Formats: sequence, C-alpha cells, structure tokens
Amino acid sequence: MTVRVVLPILIPLAVATACLLAWRWRRLQRVLALTGAGGHLAASLWLLEEVSARGIQVVQVGNWPAPFGITLVADLLAAMMVAVTGLIGAAVAVYSAATVDPRREAFGYYLLLHILLAGVSGSFLTGDLFNLYVWFEVMLIASFVLMALGGERGQIEGAFKYVTINLLSSALFLAAVGLLYGSTGALNMAHLAVHLRDTPSGLSTVLAMLLLAAFGIKAAVFPLFFWLPASYHTPPTAVAALFAGLLTKVGVYALIRVFTLIFVQQPALTHQLILVLAGLTMVTGVLGAVAQDDFRRILSFHIISQIGYMIMGLGLFTPLAVAASVFYVVHHMIVKTNLFLISGLVHRLSGSYDLKSLGGLYSARPLLGVLFLVPALSLAGLPPLSGFFAKLFLVKAGLAGGSGWIVAVALVVSLLTLLSMMKIWGEVFWKSGPANAPESTAPAPLGMWLPAVLLALITLAIGAAVGPVFELAARAAEQLMFPDTYIQAVLGGKT
Amino acid sequence: MNLLIVLLIPFGLAAAAPGVCHLTNRLTGWLLAAPVAALTVLVAAWGPDVWREGPRLSHLPWAPSIGLSLSFRLDGLSWLFALLITGIGALVTVYAGAYLGAHPRLGRFYASLLFFLASMLGLVLADNLLLLFVFWELTSISSYLLIGFDQEREAARRAALQALLVTAGGGLALLAGFVLLGQIGGSFELSALFPQAATVRGHSFYGPILGLILLGAFTKSAQFPFHFWLPAAMEAPTPVSAYLHAATMVKAGVYLLARLSPLLADTQAWFWSLTPAGAITMLVGAITALCKTDLKQILAYSTVSVLGILTFLAGLGTVTALEALAVYLLAHSLYKGALFLVAGAIDHETGTRDTSQLGGLRHSMPLTAAAGLIAALSMAGLPPVLGFISKETLYEAGLRAPQHAVVLTKLLVVTAVALFAVAGAAGVRPFFGPPQAPGRQPHEAPVGLWLGPVILAFGGLLFGLIPGRLEQAVETAVRAVAPDRSVQVRLSLYHGLNPALMLSALSVAAGFFLYRLHARYPGPIEPWPALARLAPARAYESALLALNRLASWQTQRLQSGYLRSYLLIIVTAALGLSAVPMVMHRVVLPLSLDLNPRWHELLLGTVILAGIVTAVRTTSRLTAVASLGVVGLGIALLFAWLGAPDLAMTQLAVETLTVILLVLVLYHLPDFSRLTPARGRRRDATVALAAGGFMALLVLIVNSTESDSRLAAYFLEQARPLGRGCNVVNVILTDFRALDTLGEITVLAVAAVGVYGLIRLRLHGGRRA
Repeated sequence: MTVRVVLPILIPLAVATACLLAWRWRRLQRVLALTGAGGHLAASLWLLEEVSARGIQVVQVGNWPAPFGITLVADLLAAMMVAVTGLIGAAVAVYSAATVDPRREAFGYYLLLHILLAGVSGSFLTGDLFNLYVWFEVMLIASFVLMALGGERGQIEGAFKYVTINLLSSALFLAAVGLLYGSTGALNMAHLAVHLRDTPSGLSTVLAMLLLAAFGIKAAVFPLFFWLPASYHTPPTAVAALFAGLLTKVGVYALIRVFTLIFVQQPALTHQLILVLAGLTMVTGVLGAVAQDDFRRILSFHIISQIGYMIMGLGLFTPLAVAASVFYVVHHMIVKTNLFLISGLVHRLSGSYDLKSLGGLYSARPLLGVLFLVPALSLAGLPPLSGFFAKLFLVKAGLAGGSGWIVAVALVVSLLTLLSMMKIWGEVFWKSGPANAPESTAPAPLGMWLPAVLLALITLAIGAAVGPVFELAARAAEQLMFPDTYIQAVLGGKT
Repeated sequence: MNLLIVLLIPFGLAAAAPGVCHLTNRLTGWLLAAPVAALTVLVAAWGPDVWREGPRLSHLPWAPSIGLSLSFRLDGLSWLFALLITGIGALVTVYAGAYLGAHPRLGRFYASLLFFLASMLGLVLADNLLLLFVFWELTSISSYLLIGFDQEREAARRAALQALLVTAGGGLALLAGFVLLGQIGGSFELSALFPQAATVRGHSFYGPILGLILLGAFTKSAQFPFHFWLPAAMEAPTPVSAYLHAATMVKAGVYLLARLSPLLADTQAWFWSLTPAGAITMLVGAITALCKTDLKQILAYSTVSVLGILTFLAGLGTVTALEALAVYLLAHSLYKGALFLVAGAIDHETGTRDTSQLGGLRHSMPLTAAAGLIAALSMAGLPPVLGFISKETLYEAGLRAPQHAVVLTKLLVVTAVALFAVAGAAGVRPFFGPPQAPGRQPHEAPVGLWLGPVILAFGGLLFGLIPGRLEQAVETAVRAVAPDRSVQVRLSLYHGLNPALMLSALSVAAGFFLYRLHARYPGPIEPWPALARLAPARAYESALLALNRLASWQTQRLQSGYLRSYLLIIVTAALGLSAVPMVMHRVVLPLSLDLNPRWHELLLGTVILAGIVTAVRTTSRLTAVASLGVVGLGIALLFAWLGAPDLAMTQLAVETLTVILLVLVLYHLPDFSRLTPARGRRRDATVALAAGGFMALLVLIVNSTESDSRLAAYFLEQARPLGRGCNVVNVILTDFRALDTLGEITVLAVAAVGVYGLIRLRLHGGRRA
C-alpha cells in the first residue's frame, strides 16, 4: 500500500498549506494543527504496522523506476522513527496550543510546526541522498524561522548561530553528494550501496568522512555540536521540546543509514572513528551539562552526551549494537522531549529556568516531582525505565564486541548524568524556594500536563514492555546490517 | 503461590500510602504496618517448607529476548533476609508514625519507605541477575529519597546525593559484571548459572567479573574506602537509619556476596580481596565509632565495622564462617535496629543525641532503657543474648580459617573489644550515671516509639535463650550459600570450655577495660588529624570539586560563545576527518591529469580569484560586496560557457539581487574594524586555504575518474517520450525528480513566511512596521 508511505509526508504538508490559506483565522489554524498532528500520528502508526507486518515498503515517486526517479523507502528503522516523530509532533502540538503566544500563532507558528514535521518525516522516508538534502533544507528553514519567530534578542542570536553552522553542514553535505554523484553516477542510496560494494574506492571513504562531518553537525557530535547549546534555550519551550526530540535525531538517523547501507567497506576505519567520536561526545556533553545552572541549558548539553550513546552502537557495528542504538534513539526522543516540556511546566509555575532562583516544588507540587523523576531517571539509565534498557543493550554489545573502554566511558557518563539530573531535583524540587518568590505565577493548563503525563506513561510502558520494543529494534537492526532486502526492495531484481 | 505477590503487596501499599495518610493521620503507621506484619507471618510460615523441600522457585517471563524474567527464588538465604526485611519493616513502619507525628510529608515518607521495602524484598528474592539489578538500583533511589527527606536542609540533600552517587557508581560496575557473567554463562538466571561455577571460575573474565561485582557489593555495603556515605546518611530520619542503613539495605552487598558465593568463591582472588577489605573495614569502623559522641554516628560506624566482619566472613568462605555470617547478620539486625530506634526515641524525648550530654535516662524512660540495655548486651557479645552466640561462632570461624588463622583471629578479637566499648557508649551510658540533663524533663516515649526496640531487643534475648530454634534456619541459609558441602549447625550458649570461649572471656575483659578508659574522654576524639585530609570522604568532595572545575573549564574552552571559533573548529574537524582516509588510502591526483585550460577559462579563473582576494583583504564593505559580485558573475559566465545557460541566468539573477540587498543593508551596519590579531588571521587563512584546496583537489580527483552513470543517459533518452519535454533539465526538475522541487518550493515559501514574521513580529522592544 503506497499511500501509507506517503501519508506521513503529505499530511503535514497539507496541514501547512491549509494553515497558510487560513492565515487570518488563528483559531482555525490551531484546530487544523491539532487535527493534523493527530492524523500524522495515526498515519505514522499505520505505516509502522504495515512495515512491521509486511516488510519494507517502497514507493517510486512519479512511477519512475529506481534509480532514475526518487524512491521513498519505509524500512523498520524509518517507520519507527516516523512513528515516534508522530508522537512527539502530537504531544508538542497539544502543548503549543496551551502555551504559545497568540502573536506567534498569528505569524505562522502552526504552519512552521507542520513543515518541520514534513521535513523530518521526509528525511526518514527518502531513499535518495539528494532528496535527503532537500528534506534537510526544509527542516532547516522551518526550524530556523521557528527559533527566530518572536524576535527576542536571545532568540535572534541563537538562531543566527544555529543557521550559520547548519548552512555549513548543508554545504558539506551538498559537496559530498555532488562528488559522490560525480564518482559513482548514483544518488539513490540502494544504488550507491550496490555501486560501492562492487567497486570500492578510497575516495568513497573520504567522501564518507565528509558526510560524517555534515551529519555530525546535524547530530551534534563532538566537536561539531556548538550550535545546539548556543540555541536550544532561547525559543519557547514547545519549540525547544520539538527540536530536542527531533532535530539531532535526524542527523543520527542519517549517520545510521549511510554507515549501514552505503559506507560499509572500511568499518575498521570509519566505524572505529565513529566509536571514538561517540566516547568524546558523551564526555564533553555531560561535562557541559555539569557546568550549567539553567534547567534548559543542562538539558541541551545532555542531548549531546546522549547522541554519543546513539552513535556508540553504530560504531560497534554489530546487530545487537545497532539494535541498541535504534532503541536508544526511540527512548531518547520521548524522554528528552518530555524533560523540556516539564521544564516549561516548572517555568510556568515558578517563573524561571534558573536553578538558583527555583525551589520548593516538591512540597508545593509533589506530582510534578514524580512526573519529573520518570524521564529524569530514565535519562540517567535507572531501571526499570526505558533508559536503563537502552544502556544495558549498549553495555552488552560493547562487552560482547570486546570494546571495554567505551563501555566504561558510557557507564561513567551515565553516573554523571544521574548527578546532573539529581542536581536539578535538589535545586528545583527539594531546596526551599527563594524567600521573595511569587506564590504561584499562573496555574498550568491541562494542555501542558497532558502531553508530559502521556510521554511519562510511554516511558514507563517501554520499560514494562521492553521485550517487544527491543524485538522491533532488533528486527530493524537486522534489516540494516543485512541490507540486501533493502536493496532488493528498492531496485527490484536488477542489482 | 507465586512469589511475585510478596512484592506486589508492598508496592501497592507504597502507592496507597499518601492516600491512607491523607485519610487517617494519627493511625497511619499502624494501618500500614498491619499488612506488612501479615506479610511477615506469610514469609515466616514458608520457612518450614523451605527447610524441608529446598528452594521454592517461581518464574514469569518479562522480556525473554534479553534474558530478563520475573523469576524468584526463596531458599534459606533469601528467606532469612525476607523475614528480616518484612519483620523489621513492620516495626519501623509503626515507629515512624510516632516519630514523625503529623509531618506534612508523612504520606510521601511512607510511600518511599514501603517502596524501599518492596524493592529490597525483590532484591533478595530475585533469581535473575538483571532483575536483581533492577531492584538493587531501586533500593538506591528510595534510599536517596529517604536520606534527603529533610529536604530543606542542605546537609541532608548532600548526604543523599553522596550515598546515591557512591552506591549507583558501584551499581554501574555491578551491571557490567553481571553482563559479563551472563555472557560467559549464557544466561542471567542464577539457577542456570550455578551449575556452571567451574566454567566461570576458570574463565579469563573471572578476574574482571569479580572486581566489578565486588565494586558493587563494597559500595553498597559500605566497605572501606567507600564507607563514608553511610555515616553521612545519618542525616536521614532515625527510622530510616535503623531500617535501611543498619538492618537491611547496607547488607545487600553482603547478601550479594553470599548469593554469588557458589559461583565465584573458593579462589585465592576471592579470599584475598574480601578478607583484607573486610578486616580493614571492621577495624576502621570500630575504632572510628569510639571517637564519636553523636549516638547515630557511633552506631553508623559500628555498623560499618559489622559490615566489614560480614564481608570478612564471606571471604573466609568455610562452612563455619558462613554459619557465623548468618548468625551474626541476624543478631546484628536485631540489636542494631533496636539501638537506632532507641537513639531515635532518646533524641525525640530529650532533643539531643550527644552522649556527652546524656545520662540517667533509665528512670524516666524505663522501657526504652531496657530495650537499649539488652541490645547493648547483644552488641557487646555477652550471654545470654544472641550476640554472644554470634561472637562465639565468629571466633570459631576465625580459628578455623583456611589460611593465616592466627592473624585473622587476632583482628577479630581487636574488633570485638572495640565494639564492646562502643556498645557501652551507645547502649549503656545514656541510661546510667547522673542525668546531665538537657533543658527539658524527658518522659517515656509513646508506645509507637518503644514497641519496636523492645520487640527487637527481646527477640535477640529470646533467640539467645533458645538458639536451637534457629538451627534449621541457619543451616538452610548456609546450605544455600554452600550447596555442595555438608552443613551441620549446632547453636548453644555453651559449647564447652573451648578456645572460642576463652577468647570471648579475654575480649570481654579487655572490652570492659577499654570502656572504662573511653568513659574518661567524654568529648569527640579526633585521632590522626593529619590523616583526616586523606579520608575518603574528603577525596569524594575533592573529586566532585575537580569535576565541576573541569566541566567549567572545558565548557568555556569549547562553547566559547564566538561563532568564528565554532566555524574554525568545525572546518578543521571536517578536514581532519577526511584527511585520515585520504592519507591511509593514498587518494591522490592521477599523474596523467590533463587540465588543458583554454585562455578564456584562465582569464575567468583569474578574475574570480582576484575578486576573492580583494573581498578578503579590503577594509571597505562596499568593495567587499562588489568583489563578491564579481566572483558571482564570473561563475555565471563559467556556467554559460560550459553549456548551462539556464544555470547562468539563475546565478546572474541571484547575484544581482544579493549585491543590491547587501548594499541596502550596508547603510545600517557599524564601521568596519579589524578585531582579529594578525596571528589569528594567519591561522584563519591557513584553515580556509586548506579547506578550499582540499575541496578543489577532491573535485579534480572525481573529474579524473570515469563515471558510468546510467542516469544521464536515461534522462536524455526518456525526457521526450515519457516526460513530454524537450528541455531535459526542466523535465528532471518537474518530473523525474519533482519531489526535490516540491521540497525546494516549500523552503522558499517558508522563507517568505519567516521573513514576514521576523520583520513584523517583535514581542519585546517595540514593533516595527
């Protein structure tokens, strides 16, 4: 069923168009956005169900046979990513409706939100390297405007750094794609895989490194992550939550995709390098977090640190390790979005993101405390939450692969993550609030609680149903590590 | 019945606790204790079954694909622990109700306490290593929440964090150890691992596994040098100290050592890591306890000492040692739980825990005093209390140690002497002598506060009088730890005039002397002030400080806030990454490269280069913009010559527009000034030249390789018949690769929306038209 593959791209594009048409009717836009996000979630789950039951789904756009046209491919990895994107999109849409400034709404907020969702879904589903570049551009422009919209001073400064560094990534990406096309004559990723398998060359490894740099910037890998801590604390919380859940993960996805499908000729070099970068990313990220005193800055640095875990599995490059990476990405998207949403709740209730001027929330709002602990402890990898299992799989894969050093790094970093989460807990929830704090600035609307509670429940559910979720990730990894099925599905018989 | 039920009840209770507390404030303790007491009876009733029929196993799948299952195991060892956990848990639940009174967060306290109880039960009942680890970490987290219960005090928060970091840090090592163990054993089920003990001990991973697991056990059970978190954890409310940090949680490490003994013990590595660690811990704990005057600190350090003794016994690994371990564990849980609760009651009634200010309380608090005295007798190892029997078996174990028996026994005697004096200081002195009265007149504590200590202390007395009733339980526990050895346990107050009894008499005499000596120094003693700086607690503080310094330093260096430094690092990193395979695979320009440029190409190239050089070197913005325009125009001309007129037209339009826009904006910009020093500029130039040169090199290399693209041919062929267009580029854009174009259109539309929004919407700082 081809429609299931295209719906996750079409629905948000259609909603965005409708929002543009309904420019003057803010409320109508809001309704459209909420319904659209729900539809996107439903469509993405529908796709996941199909891919899980029937295997890789392929659409040759415009019916041009691969590799001549553009191919959309939904394998399990792509379908899982799209499904979580649907979830994050829906959660943030609800949260946005409750929190976003009406004037931002009036200037196309919902349109941008859906364009971003379309860009992210397109990136996950495309089977064409240049088309991936186009979706990256869609994502970049939408995220840049979302970040800058409102024009507050900090926002503009953050957005400027964000867009400059990401344009550098685009330039590297485009150059690498052009050179790759020049040397292989292929853009379709399955086609590229076949070509490089048959005629490997040193040049292709050089180009792989250029792509590693380009995607590494997107994924916020050491030493390319600077845009992230420079910008994520500036936009409205809903936007930051959306970015935290989605943007870097598209970079991680692209890394996983090209380094399991296309560039697998020199794993002793490429994947070992990725593994080293993974370790450095974990350490520098978590140290960055330890040095911060602002709720959202701490969370931002932890994204970087956790990207390290996600590419650690890719670097280890075994079926179990890649499955662990996939599991980690899914877990992280949910948990990190939720932490940002909760930081927004804290801000709404206490009027600050600064740990020093916060406090006393566990006495005043015990349920908020529990709500925070679920994703926070999951992030730190405490059992029986999703993050523990994500960490466990990586540890298993690392020890089985004989890479004890990266396991040691991962474990120490997880302890520092715990330290950092407990710092937030101690400062925001345990410590008495400042004496001159206003009693309660504003009650938090249901629309803020609902997505956070939902995502926390899903975190718990992933822990409880870790078996099936892991099996799904393992099957996705199976498809990635043995890409013949993928290539066959895209190119048909002619390889 | 499935053992899972035993866990579900307290987990359910924990969830219900805040509600129960809300409804029935005064009676909460009793109400919540009732089901826990029922649970104790249930567990106790299983005892005879376990003794007769062996371990009771239950199994439920959780995530079979990763080797995680809800499998539980009730054997002699876990039964003993489960009974202690539930029994003392019930008493502490009652006690906490009276101790905390109408505390506003009582409900949350009970939730955490019962959550801990359930987790601890899960820990000792789990038959699956991963499951055990899950509960292991849950006890750490609930301990964290309970230590920091007095959340407004910074000391409590710090102590909570310290305990969490130390135990969770060890927990991570433990996890790695478990994973390795599961890897070589092929399963995480203990029942499946036990038969493979020989394989495990012979494997090359045995050393790392042992080291990692010991790290976990030693941190949890407060072995030197990780012991410091335990005294600090005395910031917790006293019921928590009595329950978690004396009777149950801190014994989890010892439990694990005993539990894994069949797999890991009986090697030189085992003996030489456990016995010395235990010996150092028991000496350091007992001696430090003598130097303290705060009742809870004294008790905490004596707990550290006892944990050392237990580890020491696990290290000896003989049947006698394991027997001593079981009896000592039981005796200690009873007396130490009682003493802590007594300390709490004294604190509650007098407002102080300082032994130098306490005295003569036996008149005003007779029941509490009775409990305290009996518990102290047990701790001192005097007959007819259980502590005496446990000390006898301890000496027996020392005397029969497989190696270095004399030295080890001497160490045990020294520890016992010190603990004798500690028992006097903590359990006797506050009740005798003149009432060195603090401000108010103390009264006997309410029933909730004396019931627990009285039952625990008299329990110790009772078992001391009829030790035969314990034989079965101890025997089954030892059998669970040493399954393939013959175990015959005989407990009695009098075993005849044997060496152990002589040692006992000796240590009592010496202990009494030490007690009298110690009584002359009422204030806190600070031995070896020079050594204090090396103390592990200080090391922890310095490590934390160093970590924070390192973090700030690194973050300032990396995340400097300057975009230019970010770009520099990124470009350098991209270059460096690509250079590695370039060098490794010797990707070079083929020698036969024939560029063969024509004169107009050379001319254009020169013009473009000149434009770039001018743009970089000029100090006038207008000149820079104009030079960039020249570069763009040059490239457009190049496109035109190379046969891409449509590209040339696009480029021309874009360039013209860009220059016009830039010139318009120039007016608003501040004057140009050079901010970067010459050295920085040279560095930037080097990186820029390297990057540009590298890309040029790549392009040349790619151009020199033959591409066998089927795509171009296909597009040329099919544009007309299938695409219905003569302009191939157009057909590619609108048909072959229409999806790309859709995306790019979207980008443009969003850019338009964005520009509109950015110009029109100013949330702060005025609105511009």
